[in-house]
Formats: sequence, structure tokens, C-alpha cells
Amino acid sequence: MASHAEAVHAHVHSAPTGFIRKYIFSLDHKVIGIQYYFLALFSVFLGMSLSLLMRIHLVWPAIHLPFTPGGQMTPEQYLALLTMHGTIMVFMVLTTAPQSGFGNYFLPIQIGAEDMAFPVLNMLSFWTTFVSLVVMVAAFFVSGGAPIGGWTSYPPLSALGEIVGPGQGAGQTLWIVGLAIFCAASLLGAINFITTTIDLRAKGMTLMRMPLTVWAWLITAVLGLLAFGVLLAACALLLLDRTAGTSFFVPGGLVVTDQVITWHKGGSPILWQHLFWFFGHPEVYIAILPGMGVASHLLSTFSRKPIFGYRAMVYAMLSIGFLGFTVWGHHMFISGMSPYSAFAFSMLTMSIGVPSAIKTFNWLGTLWGGQIRFTTSMLFALGFVSLFVSGGLSGLFLAQPAIDLALHDTYFVVAHFHLIMGVAAIFGIFAATYFWFPKMFGRFLNEGIGKVHFWLTFIGVYCIFMPMHFLGIAGHPRRYADLTGVQYLSSLIPVQRFISIAAFITIGSQLLFLFNFLWSLWGGKKATEMNPWEATTLEWSIPSPPPFDNFAGHVPTVYRGPYEFAVPGAPHDYIPQNLTPAEAATGLTASGAPVKA
Amino acid sequence: MPGVATTTEEIELQIDPGRGGGAAIRDGGDPGRGDGQSPAYQRASITGITLALGGILMFFLALTSSYIVRRGVTTDWQAFPLPRVLWANTAVLLLSSFTIEMARRALGRGAVAAFRNLWALTSGLGLIFVGGQLLAWRELRAEGVFLSTNPSSSFFYVLTALHGLHLLGGIVALAYVALRSWQGSKVGRATGAEVAAIYWHFMDGLWVFLLLLLTLGR
Amino acid sequence: MRKRSGCKGSTPVAAAFAVALVALTVITTYLFVVKPWWFPKSITDVGNEIDAQFMRTLWITGIIFILAQLILAWVIFRYRAHGRERASHFEGNAAMEIIWTIATVVLFVGLGLYGEDAWAKVHYQPAAAGDLQVEVTAQQFAWNFRYPGADGKFGRIKPELVSASTGNPVGLDRTDPDGKDDVVSPIIGVPVNREVELILRSQDVTHSFFVRELRLKQDAVPGMLIHIHFTPTEVGDYEIACAELCGLGHYRMRSLLRVMSQDDYDRWLKDTAANQ
Repeated sequence: MASHAEAVHAHVHSAPTGFIRKYIFSLDHKVIGIQYYFLALFSVFLGMSLSLLMRIHLVWPAIHLPFTPGGQMTPEQYLALLTMHGTIMVFMVLTTAPQSGFGNYFLPIQIGAEDMAFPVLNMLSFWTTFVSLVVMVAAFFVSGGAPIGGWTSYPPLSALGEIVGPGQGAGQTLWIVGLAIFCAASLLGAINFITTTIDLRAKGMTLMRMPLTVWAWLITAVLGLLAFGVLLAACALLLLDRTAGTSFFVPGGLVVTDQVITWHKGGSPILWQHLFWFFGHPEVYIAILPGMGVASHLLSTFSRKPIFGYRAMVYAMLSIGFLGFTVWGHHMFISGMSPYSAFAFSMLTMSIGVPSAIKTFNWLGTLWGGQIRFTTSMLFALGFVSLFVSGGLSGLFLAQPAIDLALHDTYFVVAHFHLIMGVAAIFGIFAATYFWFPKMFGRFLNEGIGKVHFWLTFIGVYCIFMPMHFLGIAGHPRRYADLTGVQYLSSLIPVQRFISIAAFITIGSQLLFLFNFLWSLWGGKKATEMNPWEATTLEWSIPSPPPFDNFAGHVPTVYRGPYEFAVPGAPHDYIPQNLTPAEAATGLTASGAPVKA
Repeated sequence: MPGVATTTEEIELQIDPGRGGGAAIRDGGDPGRGDGQSPAYQRASITGITLALGGILMFFLALTSSYIVRRGVTTDWQAFPLPRVLWANTAVLLLSSFTIEMARRALGRGAVAAFRNLWALTSGLGLIFVGGQLLAWRELRAEGVFLSTNPSSSFFYVLTALHGLHLLGGIVALAYVALRSWQGSKVGRATGAEVAAIYWHFMDGLWVFLLLLLTLGR
Repeated sequence: MRKRSGCKGSTPVAAAFAVALVALTVITTYLFVVKPWWFPKSITDVGNEIDAQFMRTLWITGIIFILAQLILAWVIFRYRAHGRERASHFEGNAAMEIIWTIATVVLFVGLGLYGEDAWAKVHYQPAAAGDLQVEVTAQQFAWNFRYPGADGKFGRIKPELVSASTGNPVGLDRTDPDGKDDVVSPIIGVPVNREVELILRSQDVTHSFFVRELRLKQDAVPGMLIHIHFTPTEVGDYEIACAELCGLGHYRMRSLLRVMSQDDYDRWLKDTAANQ
């Protein structure tokens, strides 16, 4: 696959002028990346607020909470919070920040390109995502409120309208439409990422010299390209069932509060689950792969050592991506699906643990023999490894259908996906933020506050999610708005209380991050050096923040791989990718001046 | 191992940057073109449309598997005769693939007038196709076969509507290629035409596939 | 960073991180050993097999968890930066990669294969003849259980006859001769040591029948009749919870599985039939 990217000066759009062109409808991948990041930042605080209200209501139901007309939260309000928390976190945070946020900003730079392949499409992707967020959040404000069917939105609950529950009318419709718009935006983004990586790499940037962050963004984009179309199709069919009298997912003979549903016949609720999870499982890898790329990148950079097993890391990510499309049925062991296919899905799921384990071994191998520098970003990268192990191992229980009989739809599942996807991916986002903030904004985040933020968060998330495994084992179903219905839950309420307190503290700690972030944008210590972390990849060879075309017309040539640390005989313990062999050997430029590393 | 230097001496030997990339050229582009266009972005355009078609394919594959599953799970599937006009529409669409190919080659030869005519003809044929699909719908409605009548008809309307919408998008793309000025753009009209043609052929092939599905699946 | 991390200052952070990981490991291991909140006692033989497979998995994942977190703690502390010393330079180890890949495949796939037996007992084999059949109807937000009565046949169900207010929650057609002796109850009673076959159906949205002590869960899907079976070996009352989000009352959609001696069961069924 040839990739002769001539960075022709005339090709790059000229520097934008005017506020609208520069900051609103910008075509610059860096601005668009920041826009996505801010969208995700807003969404994560919205998502956390929703879960905070949930946690308070669960254990102190008598408390009068804001936004609950009438004082006490009703079960449907709880379920609406739950639905929107999951939806906003998965789509607007975990699918945007790591990929569309950081990927947009740094993929072109790390491969030596001056922008994404299709800047106009890029701009459209962001604004389409923005519209989808607006449409989704609008669900809160329509009559009946937000939907109550969970982020998975299983029919018939999601198909029958308001007769099956509040929020299932206009709220559910807005949710589906918002999601469909999001699918379209993601597809556009995926096309851009893959094309850019294939066709616009600078001279010398072979595939096997790409940073692991780029590999992660590439594979994630491929997953998105192949998965989001399926969700879009499912949304279209569900909308038709709701509004046009079709019966893709709704069978006949239903009775809701003594009323016979005569306008549906023959549909299959399980068909929705197949379509949704065929998308849904790759989606969780979309959420975590960029974090894995960032972890690899940071662990190498701050251990001052090459990544252990670069090729194995690439093959592992490729295997995870590929296998990720074959395991969707493990969400459906209990659904009424054939038990024989359940077993096949189980075997594939156990297999997907293998490449994940290989990555973990290699992370440990990278640290081994290193000279570890404990910057805040490195702390989050190390935390990522711990959380990935914890969250990944609980998957081995759920992957076995016999055990899933007991644990499906309990808090054990909630613990699993929060640790492996929610928290680990968030740690990846935090690690990336502390690492790349100086490059993006020309100032550092405060490391002292950052370290406090790290400790409170790391301890906090384990306090929240470790106990949930025990809740699940003890049989505590998920998505329960109230703990006084099922009697055997009463002995588990103290555990829930502990979790809520931990959640309160952990969510509160994120305000430290928010303060640090906003304050540092204007008041942080200036990043006068181009390469404060002594890193090797191309973004550290340009000013902070970078010029509009990234390389000021001087697109680099790449001479080596991305993790050349501790090379014996080299003048420094790192060799940037773009130094010529002569510069690398002597530490001096052709004119004799020290290489500005 | 390429790209991995381990000693100072070996660093010397890695000067050849491997299979990646061309040189950073400041003098205005690929020698011989002199018009600011870049082979890299031309290639990117083809990559882009191919990827887009991958995404669209997955969308229609999801609908196809839904069709197959839905047909298999219940006993209420009722076949209905497909309107005959569909076959005429298919012929029109196949013809339009032929004309768009002719148009593209005319442009490649520099026969701009021929290109414009054949391009417009393709768009016209596309519109006739869409009109023909609407006729097919009218025929079905006259026989009392609507979207919600039966799962078989639901899929018929859904598949033809979604394909038709994508084809209309293609017609818009054809207009864009014909009408915009390609001055100072990263790629030329020829690349734009190639991208649009690839999309168009795919829509053609997709229609044949869907028609087969609807015919055999009855 | 030339002046920042990489100096003696790394020891406190490294130590703190290592201590945190050790604490995580110790506390988690302690809780999984002491089991303050755990499965209730299993009341079926296959439940015991599931528990055994769970423990096998817990041992394996537990050991991996402990090793991984402690090795992480150790490398963090041992390899904290010392001044401007260089790290070791190695890029990988093909032999190790191969070894731990194979080991992981064998371990994970082997574990999964080992667990197929319990799954097969639950789902590959249908209920034996002579079992007790009970139809389970799930609806927003209640469970109802129907017994076929002396004739052993279930009567016809008609959606239009469903009426909670007039005491016909499942829509039983009493004019159907097969349905005359059907018994509908809000709780499910069964005799001990006899195989029970549940036929799960739903009236409106998807629900899920879940009893912890049986180690059994099955979605009740509208439009489908799903069969599961179990043989309880201990008398007692066991709570049934709904395990698939079904609407605002999902949290209170509960019922009771009452396992009784044969005599008690016969008496209970007679009494319940009398109250139809």
C-alpha cells in the first residue's frame, strides 16, 4: 500500500481568518478535536450529575432532589436518569473524547500530515455530533420526559410508546433520532480517520513506525465504520415500529394494562438484540482501544524504554478488533437465543481475553527495567493498567453462560463494564489530557492538583465498583429504582450506601480536574519548550500550540520507530522520530548547533 | 527489523525511510501537473469513497439479515407480486451505469462537451429510476399493499426507500461534480467524477442485490 | 522534564502507588475469601455444579489478579527513576510472547470448555417426561403461574380476556374444556425433589425470571414460549425477582417460589384451586 503523501504547500487550506472560521466552523483538525473534547467534557459532567442523583436516590429516597417535580424521585425518573446516563457516557464521552477528540488533534500530527484528508467532512462530523447531543438532551424536556428503557432500549418496551411507561413517547423518539444522527456523524469521522492514516503519512512513516496511539485510532475507526451502520439500520426499523405500524420487533397478542395491542404482529424482540449488540460489542472496543493506545504510548515514554513487543501490541489490537465482531451473543445468553450458539459465542469471548492479556503482559514488560517518571499523566496510565486487569478478569465469569445464569443483569455486570470501559477509558482520557494539554494550549495543567485528582479518583473508583461485584453475586438485579421491593436486598443496602458515599466523593473530586483544566487554559505555567516530556513522536517537534498547518510548511521525514528510548550509544535517552541519523548520532544539527529536542 | 535502530552504527543504515511517503515539496505539487493538485489527495478521495461504501454496505447488510431473520421466525409472511415496473427501472439504472462510465472516459479524453451531456443523461436516468420506484409504490398502494400490511411489504418499502434516498444523494453528487468550479482544489474534476462514478456503480449493484433478495425471498 | 520527575522525588509517589495496589489486592482478596455478601445456598444439583465452576473461575482469576496487581506494584517501585540513569534497552522477547500466549489460550479456553457441562445440563437437554409443568406469565408488574390441573392440559389463552380487575390476569378461556381445571396463582408452589418445567411467556414487554437459589435466570420474551427446568432439593421459600428492565415497576415485580413436601404441595394446590 503506497502512501506517498506530498505535503504540497498549495494544497493545505490557507490560514483561516475571522472568529467564525477560526473557532466555530473551523476546518482545522486541531480546533475540531478541541471542540469534540469540550463536547465530551460537558457530557461527562452531565453524565456524572445524572449518576450522582441516581446514587443519592437509591440509598436516601426520602431526600428531595432537584429536577424532581413533587419532591421525591419517582421510579420512572430514576430510570430516565439511568437511561440518559448510560447513553450520554457511552456515546458522548467514551466514543468522542478518546477518538474524535484526541484522535482528531493528534493523528494527523503524529503521522506527519498537515490535516485530515477531508477537512470539510471533519467539520460536518463535529456539528452533526453536536446536533445529536442537542436532540438527545431535548428528551428530558418533552412531555413524559426522557425514555426509561436503558441505553440498550430493548423493544417491545422501546417500541410500544407511552402505554408501557412514561418517557416512552416523545422522549424515546427523540432518543432514537438523536442516536441515528450520532451514527451518521461517527461514520463520517471514521472515513476521515482511516483515509488519513492510509494515504497521508509523511515520508518514512511506515505502518510499523506509527505510534501505537495511531494504530489504536485506526483500528477504532474501522470498528466504527463497520458497526455504526448496523445501529443506524436498527434505529430506522425501531422508529418504523413506533410510528408506522410495522412489526419488525413487536409480536402480536400483547396486552398492556388490559388493553390488547392489535396493531402489531409477528415481530421478534430478539432481532433487535442481535442488531444492537452486533454494534454494541464493537462499540465497547471503540471506547477502550484509544485508551490502550495512550497507555502504551505513555508507559513507554515515561519508563524511558521502548514498548515491549511493538508488533505483538499491533497484532493484539487487530485481533481484539476482529474478534470484537464475533462475540456479540455473550450479551444474549439469557435472551432465549439457541443455547448452542450461546456456547459458540462463549468460546469466542474467552478467546478475546487472550490478546487483552498479551497487552497487559507487554505493559508490565515495558515498565520492567525502566526509569519511571511519575508525571500525572503517567499515574493515570499506570492506573489504567490496574483497572484494565480488574475489569477484564470479571469478564471471564460473564463469558461463561452457566455462570451468567446467576450473574446476568445483576450488579456484577455493572461492576464489570464500569471498570473495564467506563473507568479505564476515563483514565485513558485523563492520561491523554495531562500529557497533551501543554501541546494543545501552550500551558501545563497544574501537576500538584493533578496528583490529588489522581489519588482521589483511583481510590474512589475502586471503592465504588469493587463492592458491586459482591452485590451481583448476592443476586442484586440491576436497573432497580428502589431497593425496598425485593426483600432479599435489604441486607445489601449498607453496601449500596458505602458505594453512594464513595461516588459522592469521587464525583466531587472531578471538580478539581475541571478547575485545573479551566484555570490552566489561561493561567497555567507556560510550555515554553516544545518537548517538555522528552518524547519521541512528531507532535513534540512542533511549537505549543502548533501552527495552523502543523509543520509550518516543513513536513518532517521519519527515520525510525516511535519508541526509541534508551538506545545504547545515543547522546540522549530518547531519539525523536524526525531526527536524521546524523543528528541522532551526534545530538547536533548539520550546522553544529545542538538539536532542539 | 525495519525502522528499529539499536546501535549508532545501525542508525546510519536506516537512512532509507522505507515504503512510506514522498518528499515534502514546496514548489507546487506533482511535477507535470502544475495545477496545485496532489496525487496523495486523489488517492485519498478514492480511499474515502471506498470506505464510505463499506459503511453503507454494513447498513444494508443489517437490513438484509433482518429480512432473512424476520422471514424465518414467523408464519405470517405473505408474499405479494412485485410490480413489473421494477424490471424497467433496473434496466434504466443499468443503462445509467453505462452512461456514467462513458461520461468519465470522455472527460479523461478531454471531450468536455460529451462528458457534460453523458453526465446529465446519467442524472436524468437516475431521476427516471426514482420516479419509476415511486410508480411501483403507487401500484402497490392501489392493490392495498402498504408499509404496515405485512412484514414482506414493510421490507419492500424500507429497502426501496433507503436505496432510493441513497440514489438521490448520488444525483446530488453528480450535480455537484458538474456544476462546481474545481479551480484551486486539491483534486480535479476527473477525480470527482471518478468518486461519483464509483458510488453510482455501487448503488446500481446494490439495487440488483436488493431486487434479487426481494424476488427470491418472497 | 529535566528538572522534575526522575529524581529522588520519585520514591514517595512510587511507594504510595505500590502500597495502594497492595492494599487493593489485600482488601479484595480478603473480601472474596470471607464472602460477607455471597450467593445464598444452592437448592439444586446443577446449581452446585455452577457454584463449582464459579469457584474454579474465581481461583484462576484471583491468582491472576493478585499476581498482576502485585507485579505492577513491584515494577512501579523497583523501576522508579533514579536521577538521569538510562533504562534497560530491550524491545520484547519473542519466546516469552509465545509462551504466555499459549498459556493464556489454554487457560481461558480450557476454563470455558470445563463450564459447558453445567450449561448443557440446564439447556441442551429438555425436561424429562413426568415432570411438573407450570406456565409462567410475566406482565407489567406481576408474575402469575398456571397449573394444568388434573387433566394435565393447559387451556386456551385469549389476549382479549385478560383482565386483572376481574381476576383473570393471564386471559384464560374458561369455556375451553382443557382450561376448566387450570389453576392460576400469584406464587409458584412445587414439590421438593421433583423436576419442574417452566414455560415462560410474557404479555407485554420482555421480563426475566430469576431465582438466586436456583442459579437460574431466563428472559420471558413476548411472542415466545421458552422452556426451562430445574429440580429443587430443599424445602423453603425463595424470592423471585425480575431481571430484565420492564418499566417503572421493574423493581417491585417479585413473587415467591415455595418448595414443599409432596403432601404440603398437594394440599396447597387443592386450596389454591378452590379459591379460583
